[in-house]
Amino acid sequence: MGRYDFKVPVGPQHPALKEPESFLLTMHGEKIAGMTVRLGYNHRGIEKACEAQTYIRDVYLIERVCGICSHSHATCFVQAVEEIAALEVPKRAIYIRTLIAELERIHSHLLWLGVAGHEIGFDTLLMYTWRDREVVMDVLAMLTGNRVNYGMNTIGGVRRDITAEQIPQVLKAVDTLEERTKYYIQVATEETTIIKRLSGVGMLSYDDAVKLGAVGPTARASGVDRDTRRDDPYAAYGELTFKVITDKHCDVYGRTVVRLGELMESYKMIRQLLANLPDGPVTVKAPRKIPAGEAFSRYEAPRGEDVHYVKANGTDKPERVKVRAPTLANVQVVAHMLKDGYLADMPIVVAAIDPCFSCTDRMVSVEDDYHSGKNIMTWPALRSAGIDWYRKRGIDFSDLNRRLRVPEN
Amino acid sequence: MANVFFNLLIFPGFLFVVVLGMAAEYVDRKFCAKLQNRVGPPWYQPFADLVKLVAKENIIPEEADAGIFKLMPIIAVTSIITAFFYIPLWQMKALFSFYGDLIVVIYLLTIPTLAIFLGGWYSRSVFSRIGATRAMTQFFAYEIPLFLSILAPAMLADSWSLSEITVFYSKHLWLSLLNSAGFAIALVALLGKLEKVPFDIPEAETEIVAGTFTEYSGRLLAFFRIAIDIELVVGSSLLAAVFLPFGLNLSFMPGFVLYLVKVLFIVALLSLLRTIFARLRIDQMINFCWKYVAPVAFFQLIVDLVVKGIIKQ
Amino acid sequence: MIKPGKMMIQVLQSLFKKPATTLYPFVKTEMPDKFRGKLKYYPERCIGCMLCVKDCPSDAIVIKKIGEKKFQAEINLARCISCGQCVDSCPKKALESTKEFELAKLSREQLKVVFSEESCSGSEAKT
Repeated sequence: MGRYDFKVPVGPQHPALKEPESFLLTMHGEKIAGMTVRLGYNHRGIEKACEAQTYIRDVYLIERVCGICSHSHATCFVQAVEEIAALEVPKRAIYIRTLIAELERIHSHLLWLGVAGHEIGFDTLLMYTWRDREVVMDVLAMLTGNRVNYGMNTIGGVRRDITAEQIPQVLKAVDTLEERTKYYIQVATEETTIIKRLSGVGMLSYDDAVKLGAVGPTARASGVDRDTRRDDPYAAYGELTFKVITDKHCDVYGRTVVRLGELMESYKMIRQLLANLPDGPVTVKAPRKIPAGEAFSRYEAPRGEDVHYVKANGTDKPERVKVRAPTLANVQVVAHMLKDGYLADMPIVVAAIDPCFSCTDRMVSVEDDYHSGKNIMTWPALRSAGIDWYRKRGIDFSDLNRRLRVPEN
Repeated sequence: MANVFFNLLIFPGFLFVVVLGMAAEYVDRKFCAKLQNRVGPPWYQPFADLVKLVAKENIIPEEADAGIFKLMPIIAVTSIITAFFYIPLWQMKALFSFYGDLIVVIYLLTIPTLAIFLGGWYSRSVFSRIGATRAMTQFFAYEIPLFLSILAPAMLADSWSLSEITVFYSKHLWLSLLNSAGFAIALVALLGKLEKVPFDIPEAETEIVAGTFTEYSGRLLAFFRIAIDIELVVGSSLLAAVFLPFGLNLSFMPGFVLYLVKVLFIVALLSLLRTIFARLRIDQMINFCWKYVAPVAFFQLIVDLVVKGIIKQ
Repeated sequence: MIKPGKMMIQVLQSLFKKPATTLYPFVKTEMPDKFRGKLKYYPERCIGCMLCVKDCPSDAIVIKKIGEKKFQAEINLARCISCGQCVDSCPKKALESTKEFELAKLSREQLKVVFSEESCSGSEAKT
């Protein structure tokens, strides 16, 4: 560190971040010389809690991993469980799931536009996009019964049907939103101050994107042509025609263009889905005890590729559930993108990967500074370290241990 | 004697300028809200904000220099109110005027920026220091265009006193149309001085929390907020006096109303500019100011010098 | 064509439009049909199978037997996440979601609601 270097703590609490995460920046004037990322502030122990609940309860628990991509997580989990149980989900249910998925993608991208506008100081864009987002949320409330955390999925299908009166309302909302999105595309490509703030910021070349494992619009803006909806079709995507939007700009401006393009593609997909909605039941009876097996399910959430792994052992509770959210793959590129950047670019670069830290914090590994010679603390070592720490300060838990009949070690 | 005290403290002195500052802040926020298709705050919101801040506790960080920390808001408020007395409002003569008061007004307008810088620097927190350095860097970018755009009409009117400038332009109203480029430049530079988007870089909320005001709270922050409101009023009045010098010889009531309309019109223009732009980075702002804004200001100065030469003949 | 102030026209047009804000609570908002708000329980239809208790993700509902084939439900509104799984699980349609969403109360005890035959709309727990 030179004489004029100082550290700026961005987070855990900072107006630029919507959720707590710690980015410790080493500054040299206005330029960023280095960055340390610490995750784990949003860890809630969801994966462990899933093992103690039945499958039908787990659907709701997994849905609440994140508020904006809740349907993504629920669908991914339910797809994995249905694969283990070898259930044949009816076609109408698959189409309804895809419809809600695309509506959620619209909702998420409009939210992102507003947040990006706020991070660069353009509050008008925030107000306008969030006003238009209300249209989508009203449609979702009408279809599913709630504005976020839709609760549409159940093991074996969906819980509600779409009536014929609701379809014209959905189409009208999609028409309104398409007109507004065309206006936002014009604003994003023609407004001077936006282009100045977003261009040349957060550069990520094609090779770096592939090497560091970026997913979603972050990677597609660097020309990486990967989209789980096309490469590994799940739900109804195998029967829809759509384009995968990529861009060559490799910076935050490219990511904006990719997300706006994806919005336009979502409108087309919703029209195709509603025109070809098949008839039939919406759910199939699922057993309470899922037979032993394991499954791996992938889903293209609005932020990138979401991966769930479920292992069942024949009882009505899963043995292991693992969630890998797309933001975990993207957060490793942030340090790379901010090298030699300005402090003023930090909020927009972090916002450009569309961070959802609630999704990300699934596992915390604790380094063992207490007993030397080991790297990761084991569970008994952590417990004994805690007991020793309190004993040094005069608090003894041995009475409690005796009452609970816990072995002393 | 009592008349002078009345003028200084009540009207158009301290009390009047504080109330006008709050009214200007209300117009700014309400107009901005209407442009963004939302409702906006009620009319008593700036007053309620100030009352709330005054009722809260002053927290002074341990590492900060307590003397300068407490002194800077007071200096900001007093200097900006003093500048108000030298600007002609609704008559051709200001409350106090003397030859050279144009320079005094411009210098008094720079003191709040200096107070913000020193207050932020002596707060000794990382965010305040970054905000303070940005405030000073931005100062070097907009001060020259602002000064030149006020100087050009002064050169044409051949005087250094604001009151005499307004007398001159009231007589030759068509000459003030030549200063339109200067008006536009002064508006842009005023955006920089008042730290509004696209130039609100020292107080960028999403980057450095609150910039120079991060450690301030309670009464001291209330004083800074009052200083910013009054700066808005003083800047608008200065622009109205130099670039919109019409209707200054009416009687008191219509003249007063016309003055309020002029000031609130300039405040509304600043609001409009605030809603349609994003925030610039500090290096982009300095680039922009020196590449585009300063040349136009120089051009305006040359135009006025040429016209003055033609008139003299 | 790149020019500054692209949003100027839309922004000026907004001056003449109604604001997009709903002035809640002076103007009431109406939720769509089948919105999942507060629960409603019909004690006469309940058979005590406890499937709703088994399937509730947050253990918000407790069914108690108060007589021969008479049951009462105690719902803790603070724990209920309005997922509606109990509504789906019940074989006799004894539970239903209403559209009421203004459920704020001043203490946690007031949020425990008892549905029994005397009060079909739910009264506060006596403890």
